[in-house]
Amino acid sequence: MIVLEKRPQPSKAWSYATPLVAVLATMVFGGLLFAILGKNPVEAIGTIFWEPLFGEFAFYYRPQLLVKGAPLVLIAIGLSLGFRAGIWNIGAEGQYIMGAIFGAGAGLAFYPMDAFFIFPIMVIAGAFGGWLWAMIPAFLKVRFGTNEILVSLMLVYVAEQFLASVSLGLLKNPEGFGFPGSRNLQSYESAHNAELIAGSGMHWGVVAAFIAVIFSYVLLNRHMLGFHIRLTGEAPRAAKFAGVNPARLILFCLGLSGALAGLAGMFEVSGPSGVVSIDFNVGYGFTAIIVAFLGRLHPVGILLAGGLMALTYIGGEIAQSQLGLPAAAIQVFQGMLLFFLLAFDLLTNYRIRAARSEVA
Amino acid sequence: MTTPLLSLQGLTKAYPGVVANDQVSFDIGEGEVHALLGENGAGKSTLVKMIYGLVKPDSGSMLLRGQTFAPPEPRAARSDGIAMVFQHFSLFDALNVAENIALGMENPPAMGDLASRIREVSETYGLPLDPYRTVGDLSAGERQRVEIIRCLLQDPKLLIMDEPTSVLTPQEVDILFETLNKLRSEGTSILYISHKLEEIRTLCDHATILRLGKNVGECVPAETSARDMAEMMVGSTLQTPERSGREFGEVALDVSGLSVPSPSEFGTALRNVHMTVRKGEVLGIGGVAGNGQDELLGVLSGEISTAADAIKFNGQAIGKLGPTARRKLGVLTAPEERLGHAAAPDMSLTENALLTGSIREGLESNGFLKWNETKEFAEKIISAFDVRTPGPENAARSLSGGNLQKFVIGREVLQNPDVLVVNQPTWGVDAAAAASIRQAILDLAAKGTAVICISQDLDELMEISDSFAALNEGRLSAPRETTGLTVDEIGLMMGGAHGMEVAHV
Repeated sequence: MIVLEKRPQPSKAWSYATPLVAVLATMVFGGLLFAILGKNPVEAIGTIFWEPLFGEFAFYYRPQLLVKGAPLVLIAIGLSLGFRAGIWNIGAEGQYIMGAIFGAGAGLAFYPMDAFFIFPIMVIAGAFGGWLWAMIPAFLKVRFGTNEILVSLMLVYVAEQFLASVSLGLLKNPEGFGFPGSRNLQSYESAHNAELIAGSGMHWGVVAAFIAVIFSYVLLNRHMLGFHIRLTGEAPRAAKFAGVNPARLILFCLGLSGALAGLAGMFEVSGPSGVVSIDFNVGYGFTAIIVAFLGRLHPVGILLAGGLMALTYIGGEIAQSQLGLPAAAIQVFQGMLLFFLLAFDLLTNYRIRAARSEVA
Repeated sequence: MTTPLLSLQGLTKAYPGVVANDQVSFDIGEGEVHALLGENGAGKSTLVKMIYGLVKPDSGSMLLRGQTFAPPEPRAARSDGIAMVFQHFSLFDALNVAENIALGMENPPAMGDLASRIREVSETYGLPLDPYRTVGDLSAGERQRVEIIRCLLQDPKLLIMDEPTSVLTPQEVDILFETLNKLRSEGTSILYISHKLEEIRTLCDHATILRLGKNVGECVPAETSARDMAEMMVGSTLQTPERSGREFGEVALDVSGLSVPSPSEFGTALRNVHMTVRKGEVLGIGGVAGNGQDELLGVLSGEISTAADAIKFNGQAIGKLGPTARRKLGVLTAPEERLGHAAAPDMSLTENALLTGSIREGLESNGFLKWNETKEFAEKIISAFDVRTPGPENAARSLSGGNLQKFVIGREVLQNPDVLVVNQPTWGVDAAAAASIRQAILDLAAKGTAVICISQDLDELMEISDSFAALNEGRLSAPRETTGLTVDEIGLMMGGAHGMEVAHV
């Protein structure tokens, strides 16, 4: 019989090794899944992980990694701070949408004026939109003790309705021949979040993501607020004893994660996407939850996890088009990644020991 | 010589990194009260768990009335006549006494029959208990009676009791001892686990002493002095804390008319608490657990906010200040619950040193942390208080209870508080460590700190405190000078026995 035994303290080695082991296990079992679907597993896995980085069209896919990875990292960094403190913002998708609407709205309000200050105003408006949307669950939790998981999640659907409404109404392109969706910000220079170096995929959102990683690292490791965040997550009673004000922490964590998600939405709408439309959001806000955990809620880990997630997205798309793998299989593959990570996570705190079989 | 009831032969049980029991052998005779004595971590619990079938020995054997006895699970042990009263009760607050007892039975009889049997047993053994009362309303002593009656209904041959008096008032202890004596006279054997030496001397016929998992000696407690037994337990000579005749300064902490509603459903409200502590004075607060100790500590630490002038520190109203502001002033506290309240289990000792030390030790500047200074502070605590750990980078949960307690107390003591409030400073700590913690508290008082020590260990309070008060259902008795207090007076201050309420003044 196999028993799990609690380690006296968490294993450092395993906390670093679990993400790697989880990726390997995902490759093995994902390969198995692809084999059952009648595809060559080695080829499929190779396509997903190799093609985007070193394949024939890598020059096209590599910038895409940054474009897809940046919003994931930016959102996941914000979420991870709250998750560390046991504050569960599940509604980043909604905050992402609101950030995009506020950011694009601020920019379009100036159309067609040409000025250097328009883009910075859009950045602030985008962060504000996300912050505002996250303050709803934060305020309700602090004031009435509601569950932030439910409230933030429900607000995603409200945000989606709001997005549909502005795409068809308030922000609809007057010169769009009646099609839903706003003006394309890519063709409005003052509001365009263009690539900083052409063809690199590097836009302001990518820069913001890197800054967020550094900021979060310093906050968690060098600042009292970060210490209080971690303490609240580890031992809420001890945090109260240490003098942490739980209400203020909730407002800070939800507010910051909302603002970062809003920023991600704003950078997306003013750059790669360009248009506020009904189907603008593609689930970055939810995938970022996976990224946050895959990165062990650690800033550097999240950076790596964001890259890995972007890789499976792009590789998955290539596999769909080249090998005809169903989209659902790719999603199962991504789900496996989180599943194995959480499963192997157990080994950080427990060790497996074979118990002597005992005769009753 | 007659066959003993239970004979343990060379029982050994090892856990990774520690041998909990090493070749332990002894006999428990029929109708004998046998004490099992030892410090925390000496292996007492593991040993009784083996007898009760919760843990299987690695080697060694047991004989019950000459027959091989190897219970694979507690049910088997129970059917062979072994019953156990645990230190921590497993009762449902929302159910009544009879329902709780029925839950633990294999084939519970009809509720009416069960209730009358409970009445019968409780009268026979002098344990007054109404089978229809809700357990949530019972005192700790009464809850223990539920557990004992649950055992007695099985008609056990051997009753194991794990530290039964730790939750009882002196009067309740007397009642318990009468019951146990009656059981003994009827031929039931009792294995009595404790580290309270005086009660073992009054109650037990034989004692087996465990130290570091080994049987280090047996004695007849009535003929052995408490000091000798303690030294067998600890393995070295004990030092009792010294205190010199002290003079007190001005009033440092003044609590008046403090009333706080219960912070949770099963908590206790504090009602009109008055007390003053002078500089250099140690005020001991006794009382059975659950009578408002946690709430009192929370109010004094600043975790629970109250009317501003209900608590005054050097004349300044601090009732509304939070923990950080109070630490800045010099009011420090050490809660009872080490893991999760006083310390974060999964964080390192360095991080835990930061938890309360950041302000007074200057471990942050503009919110940025000074990890090097913090580590030095943690190392200072570790060396000054002899905390046994490989280093400050280890997680708090990797320390034994006693070592973590030394760390938690040391962390506050080294910050030179003006007022220090400690709750259960030596709970679950071995005798040597307890002595050094008490000495540290006394040394602090000698330097002029006003100390409030909340504890359930009366011997400890008598040893270190200058004045004594007791908490009972959230009310604090008027503090009295410790010198000259008798056990009976203390018992009355604590609220007396079997739910008999003292008139509230």
